[in-house]
Amino acid sequence: MAQLYTRDTQAIFWNNNASAIQRMLDYDYTIKRDKPSVAAIVAPTSSSKFEKFFYGPDEVMIPLYKSTAEAKAAQPQADVLLNFASFRTAYDVTMEALELGGFTSIMVTAEGIPERLARKMNATAKAKNVIVIGPATVGGIAPGAFKIANIGGTIENIVQSKLHRAGSCGLVTRSGGLFNELSNIIAINADGIAEGVAIGGDRFVGSVFIDNLLRMEANPEVKYMLLLGEVGGTEEYKVIEAVKNGQIKKPIIAWCIGTIAKYYDSGVQFGHAGASANGDMETAEAKNKAMKEAGIHVPASFNNLPEIISAVHHELHAEGIIKDIKEPATNVCPSVRKSKEFICTISDDRGDEATYAGFPISSLATPDTGKGIGDVISLLWFKKQYPKWATDFIETVIKTVADHGPAVSGAHNAKVTARAGKSVVESLVTGLLTIGPRFGGAIDGAAQYFKYADDNKLTPAEFLNHMKKEGIPIPGIGHRIKSLKNPDLRVEGLKKYAAKSFPATPLLDYALTVEQLTTSKKENLILNVDGTIGILMVDMWRALGYSEEEINEFISSGTLNSFFIVGRSIGFIGHVLDEKRLAMPMYRHPMSDILYDVQVAEKI
Amino acid sequence: MAQKAIREFDAKSILAKHWDKYFPDFSYAYETVMVQNGSELTKAAKEKKWLKEKTLVAKPDMLFGKRGKNGLVLFKDAKPGDVSLAKAASWIDEKSSQKQSVYFSFDGDTPTGEAKVDMLTHFIVEPFTPHSQEEEYYISATCVGDDDVLYMSAEGGMEVEENWDKVIEVAFPITATEEEIAAKIKKSIPKDVAAKDKEAFATFAIGFFKAYRELNFAYLEINPFVLQGKKVELLDMVAKLDDTAGFMMREQWGDVEYPTSFGMEEKSPEVLAIEDADSKSGASLKLTILKPDARIWTMVAGGGASVVYADTIADLAGIEDLANYGEYSGGPTTSETKFYAETILDLMTRSKDTKGRDKVLIIGGAIANFTDVAKTFTGIIQAFDNYADKMKEVGIKIYVRRGGPNYEKGLKDIKEAADRLGLYIEVYGPETHVTDIVRMALTK
Repeated sequence: MAQLYTRDTQAIFWNNNASAIQRMLDYDYTIKRDKPSVAAIVAPTSSSKFEKFFYGPDEVMIPLYKSTAEAKAAQPQADVLLNFASFRTAYDVTMEALELGGFTSIMVTAEGIPERLARKMNATAKAKNVIVIGPATVGGIAPGAFKIANIGGTIENIVQSKLHRAGSCGLVTRSGGLFNELSNIIAINADGIAEGVAIGGDRFVGSVFIDNLLRMEANPEVKYMLLLGEVGGTEEYKVIEAVKNGQIKKPIIAWCIGTIAKYYDSGVQFGHAGASANGDMETAEAKNKAMKEAGIHVPASFNNLPEIISAVHHELHAEGIIKDIKEPATNVCPSVRKSKEFICTISDDRGDEATYAGFPISSLATPDTGKGIGDVISLLWFKKQYPKWATDFIETVIKTVADHGPAVSGAHNAKVTARAGKSVVESLVTGLLTIGPRFGGAIDGAAQYFKYADDNKLTPAEFLNHMKKEGIPIPGIGHRIKSLKNPDLRVEGLKKYAAKSFPATPLLDYALTVEQLTTSKKENLILNVDGTIGILMVDMWRALGYSEEEINEFISSGTLNSFFIVGRSIGFIGHVLDEKRLAMPMYRHPMSDILYDVQVAEKI
Repeated sequence: MAQKAIREFDAKSILAKHWDKYFPDFSYAYETVMVQNGSELTKAAKEKKWLKEKTLVAKPDMLFGKRGKNGLVLFKDAKPGDVSLAKAASWIDEKSSQKQSVYFSFDGDTPTGEAKVDMLTHFIVEPFTPHSQEEEYYISATCVGDDDVLYMSAEGGMEVEENWDKVIEVAFPITATEEEIAAKIKKSIPKDVAAKDKEAFATFAIGFFKAYRELNFAYLEINPFVLQGKKVELLDMVAKLDDTAGFMMREQWGDVEYPTSFGMEEKSPEVLAIEDADSKSGASLKLTILKPDARIWTMVAGGGASVVYADTIADLAGIEDLANYGEYSGGPTTSETKFYAETILDLMTRSKDTKGRDKVLIIGGAIANFTDVAKTFTGIIQAFDNYADKMKEVGIKIYVRRGGPNYEKGLKDIKEAADRLGLYIEVYGPETHVTDIVRMALTK
């Protein structure tokens, strides 16, 4: 892999570090990337599903996941992990990602990871051919393509330092602060950088100078390299070796900081944890001298770096190796932005014609489109185009639950309210307000409990036992008068349709074995219409490829009840209109129908 | 700094605490005590009966070696092995009563290099263990490059360095399994180890290396240890811990101390205060005082930039003029920066320059990645407010160079504050080369 990152590179960001992620998205917008560079955020303790970020003047939602595994499963194309976990957990996060696989590079920001853990993490990554940047780093950048978190600083500084488009220098530093500084110096004295990595300040870092320089040697965009080393360690000697044996042919400019260290004994720690010379070979002087002797461009001091950069760039430019760079067009991030209060992901009325999940209403409404109310529900409720067998099932359910006569509590309420002279909507909602665990709620309950029993592989007897312990009658089981001998024809219709049209009905099959057991105890303990609907909905979603987790979420969010609410609204409105039509007077319940048992209140 | 030296007493205590886990086949009496003076030792003898019952060895426990060659190991009164409790107590009182000279390197028995002079404050006292030279072995482990290396020798004691060619080195990658390690150690036992001890040596070495790895030692040396059948004596130990592992080793290490080396200046209260603030902060705050009456003080942001500034000052002015080294980074809060700045201003305003010149304060930094410059400068400005009078009295010229998030506001604020307070200041942004303010300050 000659290039660390491309314009398509996407990352999973571990830890919801909103300001760093926002900087990445500002960068993406500025350089006109097609997709945001952050595909997912791992936030183990967050209960949100996504986080909003600005993308230029607009906003985008980046999905949040509880674990790296979930994030990677949902966003398999994201092959960079930006590990922003603390020094306590950064090791575990990296090791888990290496175990999962599918990452080409992992950046670790934490400073002070225990040395043994850092070494193990680096060795494991190396064995799996995964590039580790860090620990203790601000990361790296491929200008014009992908930028890690905070590197480069503010968007103004990025543009000023020409980090928004590829130049021709490959930059490798230990320090993150000086990385930025050097980017600026290179922008002023040459044409910017093609790729840059701050390898990190800890003693044990994953990718070292030579790893990065060898990659840059192979990267045709990089024409020359700049290495900023530090006192301590012997990594610079590996670079010298590579220059001597011809592995690196491109010009290198290099400087080791920390020349001051020679004046003090080892008690003074200059700069990073890795910056401490053990022996003469590790001093900045010795390394600068050895690099110079190997033919690397070494300035007289840090202050002379600009001249040398300018000279090398000039020479390569004169030789035609470096061409003039055409400045690309960029977007400009607005300086004032306001976060939006509401989010809509189902319909859009901004264009010529309003759409349902991307489909103009006219493409669904008239009979010639072949679409029905089931299709509209699948688009507006689930943002998916369900197949015909599923939309037909939805319509069957709605038709089945539309009404159940005037005596049920909801219809009764609606009728009483209508007779009090209230409007259709007022009367309707009084009816709807009765829908809950006792009225209509059996659909939810049946789906929930039967699924639980099936998921946990309970035998029908174990399931009955379980419900007994919970102290709840099994939702969806039992009818006032119907029995196996005198079956509910609505249930029969649903079962018949499912048998004919569903790819499979595992939960219904299970429910029927439960029904066999319950009806053997009492013959009216049949699977009723609510139970059948709830259970078949689960079977429908399973057949449509939803995960068990997504189905559980449908159940807990009340999606099943919603079918009942829509269907039964048709019936309630019918009853309300019926009352209006009949001009029925105000209703007063007969006193004879009330048991009065009123005692004189005791004094306490 | 991740690797920190600990006292011999603490090293032994850590091994003793986990002895049965790593050395189940051996016994170790853990008869050792650390005291600061003779009366502490006498007091310790009330609980530790062996101090009265056995003859003793006493030596300083202050992170330096070559104690024998420096004449700082008490093992004989009239003849070897006859040191009583009373003798040990009086010897400790004598050695701790005045500064001692200690040499760190020897050519044979002749000291080379300069001696360090300091008070002896900590002593370790143990029973005298009669044993023969053949029973003395050497073992140590540390990290070299990417590998852990185990060193073993049949020649323990003071002679190990002279006989370094007899030391067997075995390197292990960090990912080596326990089985691989055990197999390799068994194959590498020095051939000079007595035949009767070979198996025990291997078992001990395997346990030792496991302890080194699992207890997060950065360096661990026992020289010598004495093998007497199943009984082990740890005569001398040197150890360093990887203190970044401290958060997961709290239980295993117990109450361990990281002392200052012998002969090093005690850390000043200011440095200790900054260390304390650093340990409590997610940001980084570092301060080393090099020469408190020197003229140039630095308050630089960033681990890399601070080194570049120090290099440049050494190049252009020489180190005689450099008073301190330090850095703040990682987005410190306003109050952390204020505290840091006040500490430096306080030190810097204690005396005037001896040659009557103005002092120089370099507030430098590279172009920050994420640290909010205006926010950190607010802390520095608050410190100016409190120290302006003292600063004017001493005479201080301030040079500022910084870039990064919100730098325009930060530079404007600090300039306004200095002008308001009547302080001399020059302010530069990213268009000026990072260390150019050093040149400017020196040519004024």
